[in-house]
Amino acid sequence: MRYTLLLHYPEMSPEELGPEGLEAGQQSFRAYAAALHDAGVLIAGEVLQPSTATTTVTAASGQLTVQDGPFAATKEQLGGTFVIDVPDLDAALAWAEKAPSVQWGVVEVRPTATHVVDGQWVEG
Amino acid sequence: MSQQPAAEDARAVAERAARSSYGRLVAILAAGTRDIALAEDSLADAFERALRTWPETGVPASPEGWLLTVARNRQRDVLGSAARRLSDALPDDTGSGPATSPLDDVDPEAIPDKRLELLFACAHPAIDVAVRTPLMLQTVLGFEATQIAQAFAVPGPTMAQRLVRAKRRIRDAGIPFAVPDRSHLPSRLVPVLEAVYGCFAIDWRGTSAPTVRESMAGEAQYLAVTLAGLLVDEPEAWGLAALITLALARTGADDAFVPLDEQDAGRWDRAMLAEGDDHLRRAAAVRGERQVGRFELEAAIQSVHSARATTGSLDRAALRTLHAALVAVAPTLGARVALAAATAQVDGPVAGLAVLDAIDDPAVRRFQPAWATRAALTAEAGDVAAAVTAYDKAISLTTDGPTRRWLEGRRAVLDR
Repeated sequence: MRYTLLLHYPEMSPEELGPEGLEAGQQSFRAYAAALHDAGVLIAGEVLQPSTATTTVTAASGQLTVQDGPFAATKEQLGGTFVIDVPDLDAALAWAEKAPSVQWGVVEVRPTATHVVDGQWVEG
Repeated sequence: MSQQPAAEDARAVAERAARSSYGRLVAILAAGTRDIALAEDSLADAFERALRTWPETGVPASPEGWLLTVARNRQRDVLGSAARRLSDALPDDTGSGPATSPLDDVDPEAIPDKRLELLFACAHPAIDVAVRTPLMLQTVLGFEATQIAQAFAVPGPTMAQRLVRAKRRIRDAGIPFAVPDRSHLPSRLVPVLEAVYGCFAIDWRGTSAPTVRESMAGEAQYLAVTLAGLLVDEPEAWGLAALITLALARTGADDAFVPLDEQDAGRWDRAMLAEGDDHLRRAAAVRGERQVGRFELEAAIQSVHSARATTGSLDRAALRTLHAALVAVAPTLGARVALAAATAQVDGPVAGLAVLDAIDDPAVRRFQPAWATRAALTAEAGDVAAAVTAYDKAISLTTDGPTRRWLEGRRAVLDR
């Protein structure tokens, strides 16, 4: 089964983190990605730029608007995603518990409903 | 005092004093005011002044006493000016020390040890569980927030903020620097022991570097032995000291995952095993009529395993008895699964599986050790289909590479 781990956490600038903090964070994400790959469960992993770099597009109110900034201005922002393929929710939770940012944020575990293979939507 | 003390000498003495007596000095300085941050700042100030003046004046006869006096004066200056600003009275207990000159010789033997009081403050029930261990590492051992953050895989600023908040809480909420009386000691000691244990049991195989693992496990051992020594006659404190010492004697012996039973006992640290057994004997000696506790039992289990280094054989019956006793006092999921495995070692896999099946905690469904144990026991009982299923489940729950490869190896044998 495919799951997406959505990593939400309060954003910190490189200045706030300091060079050591930045290096420690990068190292823990390197180790996490390597562990997922080593287990053969990793489909895709993305760490996102800060929400200050985000642009929001919507036509939900009838008019197309392009806006500077995130969809929701909350303390915690979506900071990265990992798509994994594991047998069940128990295994997905075991990996979510190991995500580095679980120590300072929230990891949301969502099963995939459908995904694209060669341009076609397929189940699961 | 030496004739012409080189700057390096003064620095070396100051650094040695910092390492060996940091916690003792912070504890004394904070005990009166409950202000740990101020105690740390005052002490940092005293260390800085020592590095500046000792090369010229020579290292004092009692470096600890000198540092304490200078830090205390600094602390008074800060509290005094704050009090004047707020036209507020100083707390009574800050004025009790004599206003001695920094150059007075202070007898280090006469300096009271308040580290026990400090440990009880750090693990007070009103302090968030997650910050108790970091707080001990910082205030008693003098670790920087960034080092602690690294060990706990938390960003530096986040850890620093948690520590600052906890210290402010100790000061503002009036958390006492006191050793609880006899009637409260047993319940209040539990969180202190657990916080020290927490320093040892950080999830090392996660993302931390191996060097951090070894250094912090060593610090946990130092804290546990210090705590036991300060409490003198608390069996669980000696049990914890024994547990950590015995476990530490075996770290670094293997790179890949090797189950305890299959490890090469010849590579374990004999001296540390002996020290651990000493602590364990001490626990039993001071316990008297009291009920045996969780840490002493866990240490006894470790001791039976480590006895293999000298006797060459494993006393499986003793292990089952100890695991059953552990489940009786601390029925955690881990203890119950371990009892199933220990039972199987004596009475066979079917008896072990019966113990495993009797675990009614729903969390067992996603508990990796339960599936790994079930896999081994069903395989031993000859139920290959059940073993394959259990191995697959255990493998899917394993995030640690070496452990997974070991499980995959066992599963591969079944397919043949």
